[in-house]
Amino acid sequence: MKISVVKNILEANDRIARENRAIFDEKDLLVFNLMSSPGAGKTALLEKTISALKKDLSIGVIEGDIQSSQDAERIAETGIPVVQINTGGACHLDGNMIRDTFQEFDFDSMELLVVENVGNLVCPAEFKVGEDFKAMILSVTEGDDKPSKYPLMFRESKVLLINKIDLIPYLDCSVERIREEALKVNPRLAIFEVSCKTGEGLEAWYAWLRNEVTNRRSARD
Amino acid sequence: MAPCWKDGLFFMHEMSIAQSLLDIIKDEMRKHDATALRSVRLAIGQMSAIVPESLSFCFEVMTSGTDLEGAQLNMDLIPLRGLCRECGLEFEIEGYAFECPHCNSHSIETTAGQGLSIVEIEVD
Repeated sequence: MKISVVKNILEANDRIARENRAIFDEKDLLVFNLMSSPGAGKTALLEKTISALKKDLSIGVIEGDIQSSQDAERIAETGIPVVQINTGGACHLDGNMIRDTFQEFDFDSMELLVVENVGNLVCPAEFKVGEDFKAMILSVTEGDDKPSKYPLMFRESKVLLINKIDLIPYLDCSVERIREEALKVNPRLAIFEVSCKTGEGLEAWYAWLRNEVTNRRSARD
Repeated sequence: MAPCWKDGLFFMHEMSIAQSLLDIIKDEMRKHDATALRSVRLAIGQMSAIVPESLSFCFEVMTSGTDLEGAQLNMDLIPLRGLCRECGLEFEIEGYAFECPHCNSHSIETTAGQGLSIVEIEVD
C-alpha cells in the first residue's frame, strides 16, 4: 500500500521554533542566530559588540558548542547573562535546545538575545531556533569561494560580517569576490567588513544592529 | 571523551534528519495500521544542506535491527527554481545566482529546491 505523506521532514523542529518565536514576540525581544565556521570569530564579535552596546541595551547570549564552556566564560566576563549549551556531538542547535535555556533568563528585562551557533557552515542553516534573523561571519582566511560552496547559509542570512580584514595583505583573498558571490546568492544581504582584532568597521555593524532593535520595538508599538 | 561520542556518528546533521524522518514514518504507519515498511520517497532540494549518501547511511544505521530494517530510501533531487517578483517569470536558478534571466531583477522568490520533504511511503 502506498501512502502519500507530503510533509516537511523538519516540521517538528519548525513547530518548536515557531513556539519559541511566539515567546520572543510576546517579550518584545530581538533574537538573532549567529553562524560561521569554527574560528571565524563569533565569540570575538560578540565580546566587542556586547561591550559597545551593553550600556544602552540589555543583552543575553546562548552559547552553543559541541563541548566545553570556554566561550560562555568569555561572554560572562562582559557581565551579561549567558547560558552554555553543549550539544554533545550534534553539529547545530535546534529549537528544543534553545527552549530548554529559557528558564535561565529573565526575558522581561532583555532586549536582545544572541544565539551563537555551533561552528559549522552547513547544518545550522537548516534548523530554525525561533530567531528574527540569521547573521553569519566569514573570515577572509577561509577564502573567497565560500558563498558559492555553501550557498544555503548565505541565502538564509540577513547580514554577513567579513571578519579579519586586517589580514588581507597576507592573503590571496578578494573581499570584492566574496561580496559579488554572496550578493549573487542573496541580493538583499547586508555586508560589513570588519576586524574584531583592530576594531575596524565595527561601528557600522553596531549602528545597523541598534537600528534592528529599534525597528523591532517600533514594529510592536 | 564524553559518552555522547560513543558511536561517533552524531556529528552529521543527517542523523537528526533521519530521526525526524523516522518519527514521521512511524506516525504514518501507526495511523494506517501498517506493520512493514517497503520504501520511502523523499524530495531533496538542491539547496538543502543534505548529502543524500549520508542520509541513506544514517537511515540504514538507525533502522538496522528494527522492524523497519531493509526499507528502501528513494531520493529525488529537486532543482532550484525561482519566481521573479518583477516580471513573473518562473525559471531554474543556475549556479545559485538569484537573478531573473529575463528582466535581471534580483527580487526572486524560491519556489522549489530548498526544502526537504517526505513524499510517499510504501507499507504492508
